[in-house]
Amino acid sequence: MTNETLIQIRNLNVTYGSQQAVQEVSVDIPAQQITAIIGPSGCGKTTLLRSISRLVELVDGVRVWGEVIFEGQNIYDPRVDVTEIRKRIGLLAQRPFPLPMSIYENVAYGPHIHGIRKRQELDAIVEKQLRAAGLWDEVQSRLHAPASALSIGQQQRLCLARGLAVEPEVLLCDEATSALDPISAQRIEDRLLELKRDYTIVLVTHILRQARRLADYVIFMYLGELIEHGPAEQVFNHPREARTRAYLQGELY
Amino acid sequence: MNKHFEERLFVGLMLASLAFIVGVLILILATVLIKGLPALNLAMLTQTPRGGYYLGKEGGILNAITGSLALAGGATLLSCLMALPVVLYLQVFAKNARLVELARLSLDVLWGVPSIVYGAFGFTLLLFLGLRASLLGGIIALALLELPILVRAMEEVMLMIPFDLKEASYALGATRLETSLRVVLRQAAPGLFTALLLAFGRAIGDAAAVLFTAGYTDRLPTSLLRPVASLPLAVFFQLGTPVPEVRERAYASALVLTVIILIISLGARLLSRRLTKYMIR
Repeated sequence: MTNETLIQIRNLNVTYGSQQAVQEVSVDIPAQQITAIIGPSGCGKTTLLRSISRLVELVDGVRVWGEVIFEGQNIYDPRVDVTEIRKRIGLLAQRPFPLPMSIYENVAYGPHIHGIRKRQELDAIVEKQLRAAGLWDEVQSRLHAPASALSIGQQQRLCLARGLAVEPEVLLCDEATSALDPISAQRIEDRLLELKRDYTIVLVTHILRQARRLADYVIFMYLGELIEHGPAEQVFNHPREARTRAYLQGELY
Repeated sequence: MNKHFEERLFVGLMLASLAFIVGVLILILATVLIKGLPALNLAMLTQTPRGGYYLGKEGGILNAITGSLALAGGATLLSCLMALPVVLYLQVFAKNARLVELARLSLDVLWGVPSIVYGAFGFTLLLFLGLRASLLGGIIALALLELPILVRAMEEVMLMIPFDLKEASYALGATRLETSLRVVLRQAAPGLFTALLLAFGRAIGDAAAVLFTAGYTDRLPTSLLRPVASLPLAVFFQLGTPVPEVRERAYASALVLTVIILIISLGARLLSRRLTKYMIR
C-alpha cells in the first residue's frame, strides 16, 4: 500500500445560491486506498464528493471556487475537458440508475462513446467488468435483456461494471449501498475492498460501521467544514477534535 | 354525519360530470355510426369521386382518405424534425432561464392560435413563395399548427426523466449531445411517440388550416405541388349539399376519419409497449 497523494483539494468552496455547502476545504486523497467522508446528513459530504469530478456543476445556481488538483492539474481550470475528467473519475450513485438499454449496452455505453467500436473489444470489456463487479455469472445468459429487469442489488453491481468500463482511476461512491438489502450491500463492500488494489476509492457514508469496515483514510465534515481528517485508525480511535468524538459517539446529528 | 354527506355529494357530482363526458362521446360515436354506416360501402373506401358524385352518383372518398394521411403524416414528420431540436435545447442545453420561459410562453400563445389563422398565414406564405394551394402548402400549415403541441407535449415527457439518469451518463464522461441522443431520447421514446400521435390526431382532423393551403381535388395525391383532398373538407363539402344521399356520405366520411384516428391510437399503444422494453422506472 502506497501513501502517495492522488488528489489534492485546496480551499474548495461550493455554494448553492446563498447557501454554502462546502467551505474552505483542503485535504489530500491518498492513492489506492479507500477514503471515507463521514458526517451528519446535510454536512456537505455529497457535495464535496461530487465536486471531485465536477458533477456538482450540473445543479442549477451552483458556484465553485478553489482547486481540485488531480495528477498535477486543477480540474476546474477552464481549459480542462470536463468529459475527460469524468471519464477518469467515475461515480457510483446512491440509487442504481441503469441506462434505458440492455445489460450489455449499459456496460458498453461508456467505452463506445469514448471511441471503442469493435464488437470483439466491447465484448471483452463487458465480460471483464461484469466479472469485476461480481455480476457475470448471474447475467451471462441474458446479456441482451433490459437492465431494468435486474433486481436492485444486481442493478447496483451493473452500475459498478458500467463505471469501471471506461477505466477510471478514481471511483466516487455516494452512499452506494444505502438503497440495498444487507446481502447486496455486503457484495458491493466486498467488491470495493477488492477494487482498491487498482483504484482510488472515495466514498460517502452515514453508516459509521461501514466506514470502519472499509476506510483506510477518513474525512469528517460538519456543517460544510472539514473538521478532521487522517488515517482511519487514528480518527476512529483517537479523534483530536471534540466534534469528531461527539459524532463518533452518536451525539452529533 | 355532515362530513359523510359532503363526501357523498361531491363523489356524486364527480360521477355526474364523468357520466356527462362519456355520454357526449357515446352520442357522437352513435350519431356518426347510425347516420354514416348505411352509406358506407367498399366503393366509398376504394374509389375516387366520379362525375356527379356530389349529386349522389357513384364514387368514393379515397382521394380524401389518402390526402388526409399524406397531409397529416407529412406535417407530423416535418413538425417532429423542428420540435426535437427545440425540445432538446430547452431541456438539456439552454442555460438562460428567461429565454426558456420566453420560448415556452411563445409556444403556449401559438397553441392558442385558431387553426384558421394558421390557414390564412400559410396561404400568405404560399403566395409569397409563389406556390399555389398544394399538398406541400397543407403540410407546412399543419406542421406549424402541430409544432406548439408537439414541443409542449414532448417537454412534459422529458420533464419526467429523472436527473440521476442523465447524471449517470455524464458521470461516464458523456457530452450533453451524447446523453440527449442515446439516453434521454431512448428513455422518453414511448412518451414522445404518444406526443407525435396527439399532434397527428390534431392535424388529420383539422379543416380550417388546409382550406386555403391544400385546396381540394377529386384526384389522388401524386405531387407535393398539386392540391389534395382531405377528410374534414370532404365532410364539410358533402354536408353542405342539398342531396340526402350525399349528406349521408358526409357522416360516412366522418366515420372513416374517426376510425383512422382509432386505429392509429391502438397501433401506437401496441408499438409503445415495445418501446418501453428498456425504459427505467
